[in-house]
Amino acid sequence: MNKVVAGPDVAIADIMDGATLMLGGFGLCGIPENCIAALVRKQVRELTCISNNAGVDDFGIGLMLAQRQVKKMISSYVGENAEFERQLLSGELQVELIPQGTLATRCLAAGYGMPAIYTPAGVGTEVGIGKEVRNFEGKDYLMEMAFDADFAIVKAWKGDTMGNLIYRATARNFNPLMAMAGKITIAEVEELVPAGELDPDAIHTPGIYVHRIFQGTGYEKRIEQRTVRSV
Amino acid sequence: MALTKEQIAQRIARELQQGYYVNLGIGIPTLVANYIPSGMDVVLQSENGLLGMGPFPLAGQEDADLINAGKQTITTVKGSVFFDSALSFGMIRAGKVNLTVLGAMEVSDCGDIANWKIPGKMVKGMGGAMDLVASARNIIVAMMHTNPKGESKLLPACTLPLTGVRCVKKVVTDLAVLDITPQGFRLLERAPGVSIDEIRAKTAGRLVVEGEIPELRFD
Repeated sequence: MNKVVAGPDVAIADIMDGATLMLGGFGLCGIPENCIAALVRKQVRELTCISNNAGVDDFGIGLMLAQRQVKKMISSYVGENAEFERQLLSGELQVELIPQGTLATRCLAAGYGMPAIYTPAGVGTEVGIGKEVRNFEGKDYLMEMAFDADFAIVKAWKGDTMGNLIYRATARNFNPLMAMAGKITIAEVEELVPAGELDPDAIHTPGIYVHRIFQGTGYEKRIEQRTVRSV
Repeated sequence: MALTKEQIAQRIARELQQGYYVNLGIGIPTLVANYIPSGMDVVLQSENGLLGMGPFPLAGQEDADLINAGKQTITTVKGSVFFDSALSFGMIRAGKVNLTVLGAMEVSDCGDIANWKIPGKMVKGMGGAMDLVASARNIIVAMMHTNPKGESKLLPACTLPLTGVRCVKKVVTDLAVLDITPQGFRLLERAPGVSIDEIRAKTAGRLVVEGEIPELRFD
């Protein structure tokens, strides 16, 4: 079984206007840089993007926002992006803010084949408005639905030709969860190896969840907040 | 004298115990890491997917794949472990994290907290704050006692949209240390030279003052 495609443009070729995409990454860490660039080239529009953050003005999902390709963002935190703010305030862009753990677990539920989860996050706040509340052993929980995304686009450190994936450090974040949750999952990796070369015990995402994989090129891996100590 | 941000962090660090797993929010809470007593084993959790967060890296050793929840470059320590964001919030939701420290815009005298949204201003989002406050067993808020206009941030009820309800256990401000009790804020300690009257005047919520209230001391 070989899931390798030539590159990002081929991998995203069937993403059409109005699609719902999941995009892995936390801030700019572990984002699918090659596929974002290809989506910008393809000029696909009216996208709903499920991603923890929305990039910065000139990197990450910010590149798609700059081309007005995004209709709606579903995120937990969207700071650090002036163009995002402008589009939101002008009504061009819709945003749905949801708690970070809820975002992660709604991905998990989709990948685990469960329709919904119960979480205490947001009980008694505006996040809970209109949602079913259930009490278990004296504590209230909100019912939150599994995500339904047409495509999940993730970035891994290593992958093999069968789509098995390994992530590195905190670049793992939402990537394995979204990889499990897409109807079609596209993975870009820093290093693509033949099947059999990855230690089966070390694989984070089993290839059954991954439909297309390619080796990315030219990773910038921009650092959002470079912070150092002196001694 | 009101406490500095460093002193607020120093006071909160006295709540740490051997073997604690701790999540520190952005701002003053981050400074608590500088005051972990030497010899005490405390493991810092970063909700983007790391247990065992170390200090910032030395210049030239930054790793773009290794950041904290504030998107700052960080390092690992002996025994560190990485995981995905669902597992990260799983351990939070399951009550495995012993202590959560975070900032707030408002806290009510029944322990409600508001720290994510100001109507009329650009809303950036709640990040992981709602998950943390809904599940953590012990939540300490680090904040200024009043806002820049001099208005109390310790209220009978929050006026801003809530992050969580009846969840805060303790508040450490530049003026005082207070527990949240069924009777309201209970004054435990006051900043050096700050009078009970001043704390009373700057606390809009119910305030319980019983017995001697010691001044905070720092070595």
